[in-house]
Amino acid sequence: MWKWLHPYAKPERSYQLCQTLLPWFAVLGGLSLFVGTMWGLAFAPADYQQGDAFRIIYIHVPSAILSKSLYCTMAIAAFVGLVWQVKTAFMAMVAVAPVGAMVTFVSLITGAAWGKPMWGTWWEWDARMTSQLILLFLFVGVMSLYKSFEDAQQGGKAAGVMAMVGIINLPIIHYSVEWWNSLHQGATILKMGKPSMAPDMLWPLLLCIVSWVLVSSAIFLLRLQNEIVRREIKRPWVVELALQNSKQQAPNNMSTDRG
Amino acid sequence: MHFASMNEFVAMGGYGLYVWLSFGLGLLSVAILWLSSWSTKKRLFKQVLREQVRQQRIQQAKQQPVKP
Repeated sequence: MWKWLHPYAKPERSYQLCQTLLPWFAVLGGLSLFVGTMWGLAFAPADYQQGDAFRIIYIHVPSAILSKSLYCTMAIAAFVGLVWQVKTAFMAMVAVAPVGAMVTFVSLITGAAWGKPMWGTWWEWDARMTSQLILLFLFVGVMSLYKSFEDAQQGGKAAGVMAMVGIINLPIIHYSVEWWNSLHQGATILKMGKPSMAPDMLWPLLLCIVSWVLVSSAIFLLRLQNEIVRREIKRPWVVELALQNSKQQAPNNMSTDRG
Repeated sequence: MHFASMNEFVAMGGYGLYVWLSFGLGLLSVAILWLSSWSTKKRLFKQVLREQVRQQRIQQAKQQPVKP
């Protein structure tokens, strides 16, 4: 398996793999995000207690789940980069971080907008919200630590250590609603036994979760490509690729180029 | 369709502000990150091409004899 997997650690092969996968993730992600969101907003029945405010679940839960899984992805990439010295692993780590920061930000914003009508407050310094805010800072921290080094490999190592240490926050977020008294409710879908949600409401939620996974992956793939190009900008294959791209986009303009 | 009219859909049973705030900001964030990543990709390729053109110019300049 390693023999088959290893060529993909080469930046050029990784770039090509991203290029192949990107349109699928982007199209399916955009489509399912639209269908899932509309389904949740307009077609799912209203909650008997929360009325239509519960519809925020269709963006809050997917983004919250994604924030944790993307952190996990980032930490795994950091681990691979630190242990096996794979250059592309750090690039993946840096590509995930902004996507993770974005979904964490969305989960906090939507949580605040849901908290105001239901709990009467936009924000409360309780365990769930505080630990989620720390998660946002960890994502931003990894990004800025990586950027603050002149040498990208050095920056990758430093940010990688930070990403791995920060993983301690994940169980804290997950169990925060059980360990401490929180305004936040407990788990609904991911718990032992059947999910405590009507199928009419559950199906659009599952679709929304899938769509957020696809959309985040699409942005990740795009950012990974950018990171690879940025690191390999002087390599012949990047130059070749740029020339090919410009030919495809403007076949008529090439003759008038000054080059 | 759960709602009877477009007005009802926008009102969200009185929770319109919170629902639309969440979805508005949430989807906007996704769109912004996607678009900025996309424009970075374009910008990087342009940078590569510009550098290539510059290198060619330097090469040409080197080949021409220096005028006294």
